[in-house]
Amino acid sequence: MADKILKELTLKIWRQKDAKSKGEFKTYKVHNISTGTSFLEMLDILNEELVEKNEEPVAFDHDCREGICGTCSLFVDGRAHGPDDDVTTCQLHMRRFQDGATITIEPWRCGAFPVIKDLIVDRKAYDKILQAGGYVSVNTGGVPDGNAIPIPNAQAEEAMDAAACIGCGACAATCKNSSAMLFVAAKVSQLALLPQGKVEAARRAKAMVAKMDELGFGNCTNTGACEMECPKSISIEHIARLNREFLKAKLKD
Amino acid sequence: MSNFLTSSIGKKVIMSLSGLFLIMFLCVHLSVNLLLLVGPDAFNAGCEFMALPVIKVIEPILALGFIVHIVWASILTIQNQKARPMKYAMRSQSQNCSWPSRNMYILGALVLAFLALHICNFWFSFKFGDITDHYELVSTTLMQPVYAIIYIIAAILLGLHLSHGFWSAFQTIGFSNQIWRKRLEYIAYFFAIVFAVGFSIIPIYFMIFGK
Repeated sequence: MADKILKELTLKIWRQKDAKSKGEFKTYKVHNISTGTSFLEMLDILNEELVEKNEEPVAFDHDCREGICGTCSLFVDGRAHGPDDDVTTCQLHMRRFQDGATITIEPWRCGAFPVIKDLIVDRKAYDKILQAGGYVSVNTGGVPDGNAIPIPNAQAEEAMDAAACIGCGACAATCKNSSAMLFVAAKVSQLALLPQGKVEAARRAKAMVAKMDELGFGNCTNTGACEMECPKSISIEHIARLNREFLKAKLKD
Repeated sequence: MSNFLTSSIGKKVIMSLSGLFLIMFLCVHLSVNLLLLVGPDAFNAGCEFMALPVIKVIEPILALGFIVHIVWASILTIQNQKARPMKYAMRSQSQNCSWPSRNMYILGALVLAFLALHICNFWFSFKFGDITDHYELVSTTLMQPVYAIIYIIAAILLGLHLSHGFWSAFQTIGFSNQIWRKRLEYIAYFFAIVFAVGFSIIPIYFMIFGK
């Protein structure tokens, strides 16, 4: 069956020349978009038209376009990664929109993620949090025998769920407080649940929370908006674990 | 414990613990208030109990609990506002979180405004006035529709505040997991309804049966 065609869409897109300039919304029209087109392909079509007209194309982040790299971002119609749940912007398709709709596209808005250009923000803050302790610093050697280190299945599953974090920044972008707690919690949880990471759990929780605070992210108020917008559906139960790990570590100090 | 209190989680733990302390106070407060429905003797006896020295010692601690909860809430809210210097032009938050969870500070501020009125209405008179029949003062106040309506609205606002606050307090101190999260949310709704209904019943009772 052929895809439906959206005859006309109005796009309100944030344009900002560089980090220092003051940005503004610009309105564009795109025509004859197939509903099978992905959201980013729709922006590609717009950019081709802009290039032909000798205008500056809209800058936006993208890489794998299959929802696993965490590069794409965008706040579409008031929601991180657009109106669909559990997907990244690259997995969002135009069938989600009505013909004649006006779509508002903004970059992540968060003090710790400054806009570099148009819809691209600098997410180095997340890298810095990881550098503060989101790793295992001992050499864990080769692959051990299958059953040498028994790990309950539920625990392995939970660690795997946390490890699904792709660091896209949607949690901090969508949080009304710009808190990065879900990201930090996922990283702390993923390592604290497994034997290799457990050894340094206390130091890791303290260092990563301290870095998160230093970078100017807000304070979590447990609204749960982050887990709803997380393209990997990471649960805020991991935030409870981070709180636990942090408190345990601080009580021992 | 070096910089625990200045860390984001540390500040939230202060909110959490002071909040849970205030919930304990609300339980005592509601229990005494419900004696109003039993009759003048029961309520006046309850008031005499509240005038015991033990309670007098707790009073300043309670005041401190309120102050800490309010001051830290303000500090956290200001920090959170600063964390996003440039606001979104369009947001659909109703799609991803509950209304009370987004508006805890506003709900808290409204409850605080009510608290000021409430202290003027009763606490001052109980404390410094020379009143013997506490029941009389409460019934004459709450028989006025304006006060009754304000008290009912305040009870509902308090319920909304607790519907998020209660479970959030446990999440912050790390007491939550896949199993307990649902349980805590249900207990939070239970507390919210108990306080909203419990505190509203009293003005409704006086509006209908007061004489």
